[in-house]
Amino acid sequence: MNTKFETMASWLAYFLIFGSVIFVGGEHTIHIASQIIILGLFALSFNVLFGTTGLLSFGQAIFYGLGAYITGMMAKSFGGDFFLWALLLAPVAAILLSVLLGALSLRLSDVYFTMLTLAFAQLVWGITVKWSSFTGGDDGIQAIPKPELLAGGLSYYIFAFLVVTGCIYLLWRLDRSPFGAVLKGIRQNPTRISFTGMNVFRHKLLAYVISSCFTAIAGGLYAGIDRSIHPDMFVWTMSGSIILMTILGGMRSVFGPLIGVAVFILLEDVIGRSTQYWSFVIGAIMITVVLLFPKGIVGISRHIARMFAKKGGQLDNP
Amino acid sequence: MSFEIFISQFLGGLSVAMLLFLVASGLTLIFGVAKVFNFAHGSFYMIGAYFSYQAIALFDNFWIGVVAAALGAGLVGMLLEICFIRRISGREEEGAFQILLTYAFILILDDAVKFIWGPAYKTITKPESLSGSFNFGTVTMPTYNLFIIFLGLVIVVSAWYILSRTRTGKIIQAASSDSQMVGMLGVNVSLVMTLVFGVATAMGGLAGAMAAPLRTVAPGTGVEVIIDSLIVVVIGGLGNFWGALFAALLIGEVNAFGILWMPQWASLLSFAVMIVVLIFKPKGLFSREKGRKKI
Repeated sequence: MNTKFETMASWLAYFLIFGSVIFVGGEHTIHIASQIIILGLFALSFNVLFGTTGLLSFGQAIFYGLGAYITGMMAKSFGGDFFLWALLLAPVAAILLSVLLGALSLRLSDVYFTMLTLAFAQLVWGITVKWSSFTGGDDGIQAIPKPELLAGGLSYYIFAFLVVTGCIYLLWRLDRSPFGAVLKGIRQNPTRISFTGMNVFRHKLLAYVISSCFTAIAGGLYAGIDRSIHPDMFVWTMSGSIILMTILGGMRSVFGPLIGVAVFILLEDVIGRSTQYWSFVIGAIMITVVLLFPKGIVGISRHIARMFAKKGGQLDNP
Repeated sequence: MSFEIFISQFLGGLSVAMLLFLVASGLTLIFGVAKVFNFAHGSFYMIGAYFSYQAIALFDNFWIGVVAAALGAGLVGMLLEICFIRRISGREEEGAFQILLTYAFILILDDAVKFIWGPAYKTITKPESLSGSFNFGTVTMPTYNLFIIFLGLVIVVSAWYILSRTRTGKIIQAASSDSQMVGMLGVNVSLVMTLVFGVATAMGGLAGAMAAPLRTVAPGTGVEVIIDSLIVVVIGGLGNFWGALFAALLIGEVNAFGILWMPQWASLLSFAVMIVVLIFKPKGLFSREKGRKKI
């Protein structure tokens, strides 16, 4: 199975599954599907950092929460018609913040980078909870107004679907671009990349900014699903779940994280409702994936596809 | 600020710092020797507190509880090292997978504790022999806090002695710098790593049992502790024993005085300290590296 075929199949499956929800989905299905595509965008943009560039950030929830709070707070104070403008403002704010945080944290490597991103995220979370007069504190913000056209669950899903599809297209093109190739090179061997005369730090920073920008769009979109946001969107377990979903799906492919999100949310919908020990289940899944299937669902299906290809007598490149 | 308040805040900060150091030194020991970043270290603190609660409920003796906490946490630590952490060593992007694996331990241990002991808070009372308080002139200090400071000092000194002055310590240090060579000299390196992991997690459990009378025993306490001790370890420099001690004192005192200065925001001060340190000294206060490293 070659990559071109895989990409075509992924896009086709994406449009078939999430497009058909528009026509046949009930209220619950649409709600779940909205969550999947929005968190999927978060995971895909996180993977620009992790899977592509090899930077494990434990603080991408900052930008998710930032997008949600900018959209939610502005729509709340200026009215539903302002929702879309706020949604445009979210990525701009994320770009500004991520240039600052990225410039500080990307000077560190490995565990230090992870810990500094975690510290920034906890700091922002703490401020959000404590500064309740501005952010609503622990309760978050409820009853966020939306434009009338997007008031229904279905119309909002279609809107989110269009935005997310556009973003995924851009991220996919990014992965294929020379810039994406440089990022992969940085993951595998930063020293060699610097020998070719390219500035590793600047490329990492750009990857960080791009990732954060799309994460903020996902956060802004999330503010419209239930029309309520809460400081938990900033908390480190949010970042942790996104990392898990990304690995579960497969971090070495563009669509992998989306598959991970879908599996995770569907599992949560089925299992999470029947047990109060959902974190235990998440932990067990995570250990299994890390120990046995580090390449995720995409890795497994590639392996199976390769086995079938061999049976058919075609020898594929490994 | 009067002198009495200063002294009592200072001593309070010192006892917090010692507890923090007990957890953080285990974390830094694991990283320094086994090169494993144990995100779940705070969870060993938590299960230590629960083991001690259980042992006290059974035997009605605080000190049996402390021993049970250290032994129990150490055994669980070694078990997890053998069953899971060892399996991923040497893999590509090992560091990221270690963080994820140990993050999974946090989730699992939190829920396991909830499952066994229930979500309600538990309390442990101080042992009677240490329930009094000392008077230094006008300043009053609970004996128990002084005991924690004393215990912390004993552990600092003995850990330093074992690591740098004994044969065992030399084997551990050698195993961390060149495990293959040490293995060829006939030392069972993976056993050494497992034991180091066990000792470090036992220190975490001990800290949990000692802290239990001052705080509460509850699911989720591990997360608060790990974040604080991460800050300590990162400020001090990963794997740096004395750095961790200094950073624990710094964070303990910053918190103790920060509460007087700005009560609402005190919990965020540690983060601010860590961010400032990492900006100027990316590898911790005691690293030799210069702040700015051009890649």
